[in-house]
Amino acid sequence: MSDQAFVRTEMLPEKEPPASTVGIVGWLRENLFSGWFNSILTVVALGFIYYVLSGLVPWVFQSVWNADSLNECREIMTETWGSTHGHACWGVVNERWLQLLYGFYPDHLYWRVNLALVLTLVALAPVLFAEQSPRQLWYLTAAYPFLMPWLLWGGSIWGPIMVAAGFAIGYLGYRILVPVAGGLVAIIAAFALPIIWWLFLAGGVAGAIDSVIPIGIEAVESRKFGGFMLAVLLGIVAIGCSLPIGIVLALGRQSDLFIVKTLCVGFIEFIRGVPLITLLFVASLLLNLFLPPGTNFDIILRVMIMMTLFAAAYMAEVIRGGLAALPKGQYEGADSLGLNYWQAQRLIIMPQALKISIPGIVSTFIGIFKDTTLVSIIGLFDVIGLSNAIRADTAWNGIYWELFAFIAFLFFIVCFSMSRYSMYLERKLHTGH
Amino acid sequence: MTTLTDPPKASFRLSMLIYDTRYRSLTIQAVAMLGFMLLAAWLLNNTLTNLATLGKPIDLGFLGEPASYDINQRLLDYNSRDTHLRASFIGLINTLVVAVLGCITATIVGVLVGVLRLSKNWLVARIMTVYVEMFRNVPVLLWIVLAMAILIESLPAPRAFRGDNPEATMKVFDSVAITNRGVYVPEPLFSNSLGSIHLFGDSSLRFDVSLDLMAILVVLIASIFAVRKVTSRAAHIQETTGVRPKTWHVNLAILFVPMIALLAVLGFHLGYPELKGFNFTGGTHMRNSLIALWLALSLYTAAFIAEIVRGGILAISHGQTEAANALGLRPGKTMRLVILPQALRVIIPPMISNYLNLTKNSSLAIAVGYMDITGTLGGITMNQTGRELECVLMLMGCYLLISLSISMVMNWYNARVALVER
Repeated sequence: MSDQAFVRTEMLPEKEPPASTVGIVGWLRENLFSGWFNSILTVVALGFIYYVLSGLVPWVFQSVWNADSLNECREIMTETWGSTHGHACWGVVNERWLQLLYGFYPDHLYWRVNLALVLTLVALAPVLFAEQSPRQLWYLTAAYPFLMPWLLWGGSIWGPIMVAAGFAIGYLGYRILVPVAGGLVAIIAAFALPIIWWLFLAGGVAGAIDSVIPIGIEAVESRKFGGFMLAVLLGIVAIGCSLPIGIVLALGRQSDLFIVKTLCVGFIEFIRGVPLITLLFVASLLLNLFLPPGTNFDIILRVMIMMTLFAAAYMAEVIRGGLAALPKGQYEGADSLGLNYWQAQRLIIMPQALKISIPGIVSTFIGIFKDTTLVSIIGLFDVIGLSNAIRADTAWNGIYWELFAFIAFLFFIVCFSMSRYSMYLERKLHTGH
Repeated sequence: MTTLTDPPKASFRLSMLIYDTRYRSLTIQAVAMLGFMLLAAWLLNNTLTNLATLGKPIDLGFLGEPASYDINQRLLDYNSRDTHLRASFIGLINTLVVAVLGCITATIVGVLVGVLRLSKNWLVARIMTVYVEMFRNVPVLLWIVLAMAILIESLPAPRAFRGDNPEATMKVFDSVAITNRGVYVPEPLFSNSLGSIHLFGDSSLRFDVSLDLMAILVVLIASIFAVRKVTSRAAHIQETTGVRPKTWHVNLAILFVPMIALLAVLGFHLGYPELKGFNFTGGTHMRNSLIALWLALSLYTAAFIAEIVRGGILAISHGQTEAANALGLRPGKTMRLVILPQALRVIIPPMISNYLNLTKNSSLAIAVGYMDITGTLGGITMNQTGRELECVLMLMGCYLLISLSISMVMNWYNARVALVER
């Protein structure tokens, strides 16, 4: 018997994978030409992309930037390229972009809008990127709700300060009364004192201080607000206020208390059942009817109120979804620890429910921001309203692609970054496996 | 030894309303109710006072007055001597028309895009992603206004169709005229028409039910019933004998023969649009406002539906497909019998709420002048009569009615497909 070994004793070196399955070729084969049907799809898609780009690229880049009217644009186009077809006339954007961004806001005060925007971003930083930002920024975030309106509307600084003082008064009242009169009285006082202050005292005190120490900036009327700035302003207010109201409504809807639940369900279903435009009609035509005779407050404020209510109802439904998705064990666990309702909500339920509902919350934000364009229908000059005005202007009569492309681009940037941020947040908060 | 006795029965003290959990919920509810009623009473009182000051107490009488404005896109008969109520009714029908058209188109486009986004082909998937992101991140109002602008500015005027060598020609075998005044499509006509039933006399809600359409509908439903009967009989035979009889030719015959016969009896033919003078006559005229609204709403909603479809298909775990393969089901049957029934459970509820959104977004018709309920009741009627409160409340009522009906359908569906858990 020979001791021939048919079993190889040493390992063969690894072979290179076939050239057709790695690198660019492999990727192409797998993703674009994996079968006859896939190949046809690829060819069709390539044709489509070529068709779109061959129209779009010359339109965007072989274009006229300096012109005062559409006719001038067309003359320049005919001179340069021999035809008016297939070339964009960015002259309209070049001439009107400031108006599209700021509306009729006085141009020597644009810095205030810009500053308010910077302030918004800085104030948002601790909220959006909690870990990476210094703690001191929270003070700015707290001051932001009073600073931003003051910057935009101008006027005396004492008004916003007095409004802020209301919160301080409520907090102080609570702190002083807790040891003296017990928790419940303190809570009631914490709500009642600021309301009394705002309704009866704040105005007089602000006026008195202002007459002694007048500090203020030039006031700007609401009807001068417009353009993309108006959309951002309405969006920020509606988004910022709707989240807390939405949480309260969602909790009310989940509550065992029949009357509270019915009121919340009724409110949510009513708001969700009607289009935003009818609520804006209410803001522009009816809200003054519902308030005491002689009340006449700002149209932008009225729109803000209605948009906030609208957003809050949608937010409540999204958060309710998050609450419902939470396993029952979490509620029972909180109960077994002896936490009371608010402690359980604050420490156990809400952090998890909000985390689950982030995608829904952000898509509601995006929806609200897009819906701010509807104010053009009730006669405010936001971007769409301005675009109609520009198209009605004799100089630019007949232009549409360039104008709407610019507006769409503005909205796209904001909405797309919001959705990307929500994806980042989802990844960051993902604690599963 | 100590014995446990019941604690002494506490008599009711006022503080228990707040500190005892048994009574606290009652207190909170009573306070909430009281607050709500006070708020409602305050608002109502303000409203009545304000209306009295303005000298226009709540009164629906204006609905019976002549509207004296025209509605150019409509399905039912209407003239400017009709009442405001009739105008609102026409508007409501118009809302439903654009909503139904939009839902159908949005579903078709959305499902297509959603499936293509999952395509293995990298390029196709990317193109669809671009489409979805483009439409989802730009306001629908902008799409509507843009669509209207494109239609008006870029399409040929009817006079471009005139002459021996016209600049523009009619599309689809000379049957569809696409002009900047709207699209003219062939209309179905019946030479031996059965006539129509006139409902609700001369009132504002009158409408005609075409007997021809009714007959077609009845035959269609009967055919579908017959087909289902044949299919179930085939299944029965298969269960008893193991051999499934061929049914497709029978089914085809049942579906088409009666319908073709009926159409022949009714004298069905198409009325083509023709250029007469400066404009087209004949055919069905779909105005730019309708087309723009329809296109923009469906493409916008389709982007959302595409995401829902994609999410629904991705939600079905891969194990389901593998199990179906292990059972020896072919890809088509795997899709039809295993994936789709489960995916539909995930897809349909958000899809219906998107239909609802589309219907509500159709109120933006007012931006392009399509006369839906917002354009009639909440637009011209409100401006003419100055009855803002009544008009806005009725407008909200109409939309609430539509929304509640759609959510009823959704709840019914959810209850039907709900997973039965042990």
